Amino acid sequence: MGAFLVRRLLGMVAVLFAVSFLVFVVFIIVPGGDPASRIAGKNPTQQNIVNIRKKWGFDRPFYVQYVRMMEKAGNGLLPGHHGPYSVLRSFANQTDVANEIERGLPATFSLSIGAGLIWLFWGILVGVIAAVTAGRWSDRLITIVALIGVSMPVFWLGIVARYFLAEKNTWFPDGGYVPLTKDPAQWLFHLILPWLVLAVLFIGFYGRVLRSNILDTINEDYVRTARAKGLTSRRVLVKHVLRNSLIPIVSLFGLDFASVLGGGAILTETVFELRGVGWYAAQSVGDLDLPPIMGVTLYGAFFIVMFSTVIDLVYTWLDPRIRPA
Amino acid sequence: MAEPATELTLDTAQLLAAEEHGGSIVGLSPWYLAWRRLRRNFVALASFGVFVVIMITCSTAPLYARYVAHTGPNATHVTDFVSVGGKRRQVISGGGFTINPKTGAVTVKAVSVLGPTWWHARGRYVLGADELGRDVAVRLLYGGINSLKIGVGSALICTIVAVILALIGGYFGGWADAIIARFLDLIWAFPVLLLAIALGSALSINGFHHFGIDVASGSLWIPTLVISYVLIPYVGRPLRGQILGLRQKEFIEAAIAQGASPLRIMFSELLPNVASSVLVFFTLIIANNMLTEAGLSFLGAGVRPPNPSWGVLIAEGQQRIVTAPWLTLVPGIAIVLTVLSLNVFGDGLRDALDPRAKVRMEH
Repeated sequence: MGAFLVRRLLGMVAVLFAVSFLVFVVFIIVPGGDPASRIAGKNPTQQNIVNIRKKWGFDRPFYVQYVRMMEKAGNGLLPGHHGPYSVLRSFANQTDVANEIERGLPATFSLSIGAGLIWLFWGILVGVIAAVTAGRWSDRLITIVALIGVSMPVFWLGIVARYFLAEKNTWFPDGGYVPLTKDPAQWLFHLILPWLVLAVLFIGFYGRVLRSNILDTINEDYVRTARAKGLTSRRVLVKHVLRNSLIPIVSLFGLDFASVLGGGAILTETVFELRGVGWYAAQSVGDLDLPPIMGVTLYGAFFIVMFSTVIDLVYTWLDPRIRPA
Repeated sequence: MAEPATELTLDTAQLLAAEEHGGSIVGLSPWYLAWRRLRRNFVALASFGVFVVIMITCSTAPLYARYVAHTGPNATHVTDFVSVGGKRRQVISGGGFTINPKTGAVTVKAVSVLGPTWWHARGRYVLGADELGRDVAVRLLYGGINSLKIGVGSALICTIVAVILALIGGYFGGWADAIIARFLDLIWAFPVLLLAIALGSALSINGFHHFGIDVASGSLWIPTLVISYVLIPYVGRPLRGQILGLRQKEFIEAAIAQGASPLRIMFSELLPNVASSVLVFFTLIIANNMLTEAGLSFLGAGVRPPNPSWGVLIAEGQQRIVTAPWLTLVPGIAIVLTVLSLNVFGDGLRDALDPRAKVRMEH
């Protein structure tokens, strides 16, 4: 187990290195305009651009720039006050990237955790109902609704929901985020629509996956044995069928949840103006601002890599036949 | 994840025959059997029909624009009038502001655009106009061409690359497989949409002019290539797993013993055995890529306006959703219909090709 953890930790570092290097190379190779002239603002003097280039290190070889950038990203994570050139700063407006990501965390975490709970609960419920009533009208209805759910662009659903439920009829607030610490009731009220919109796609998807998993498991020998020895069908379903059918859901949920926590709900955050990490990423991409994109990518990749390790550990606990390799 | 290896115990003729409701399967190819199963699945066939109809409708865009709507996809008609049911109406009305000469108060008149005329304007503005007076129906059809091109094109590139990577990795194993597996893991670890918008918007500034490749900044190739690149692991990883499993089978050993070249084994022994999965993946990934294209274009990192695509149309319509909701609703419904038909057909195809297959698109 110890060796497994050490190896995964090294793997994590390697992936984060590769991801950051790739982002860096993409933005160096692909011309996005000279960052120095961007920082200098409108109508800069030539001398000013040269000074900025020197001060920010844009005149150095690109691998030096990369190492400097990673150093700055690391510095940004340390607490305390930082000088102007010691942390990752946006080229567009010189704000501290780590600070900006930190400011987006409450909105992103509120959105992800709430939506995650909703889609996990409803996804399992819908999948179980569809599988138990396989072939009947409830199963058909669930299948149709689930298929429509996974076929909708999430941002379109968000726009339409906002229009009908918050603009045409003002039943819900029209976008925005209210911090939990400021007003819990408004926090909840503002998040209901984004939660539901983000969850719809996952509910449809999980429901379908779980349904087919349960139908596969039901035909296993040990399920027949459990029935034969006289267990009630509820007990067979919960203790024998579900326990095994839920294993693939664990890995799906882990990765999806990690990606949403890591700012992956870019579209939902943008549509509902939740100023979270994903919203920040979308803004910076529009400006082709490398440091924030680097920061958010590393932040998001960190969650994905970390959760995939956690999933592997949970797997060995759920299914002792699988040993961490 | 490590799924317990499913033994293909159903592959005896008897059991297959039982599955076929007693029909004889002697001397019939697996592809014919699959077709026979698919033929019974009316919902899947109908969905395929819907998809074909959508493709044909979109491809008539130039004809529709020329002979029915009498305007192009990017032609603006801000000051034009159109006769709707005999009444002369402005395409764009309102706008501007008036100043009261006595009080000096400024009144802004809201801009309102022509709504859907259905057929009352003899084919002009059937689905209404946008804020530049462009015909929404024409833009919808042209946008559909772009969205379908990107969806199908990127699915094709993505599937071909993923199949080749999976074949090489699965056949040779060892370090070649290790490199390919790490490469797939690397793309997988990226936040997909973030990677796509970063690449898409970086490339859309000046295009791409390296290594002898020249892509202009507004080219459809940019979203197509970006989408196919970020989705490679979603096809490549499961396929590689399947091929690694097949590689251990006796018929591969036999082929090697007979002196078959690696290329021959890859393409005439391994590939036919995963062909059904590839086909299903291809169908489902078109649907997925069309959703990704819409998202990218919505964020401004996909198709560049004024060039239309369904995602671009939704993004443009969103700004006027209160006064002109059809601008947002219509392209969205088009996407949902197309993607839904592909998903239903893909499901039916999977059930027909291999009822026990575990091929699944992990969005």
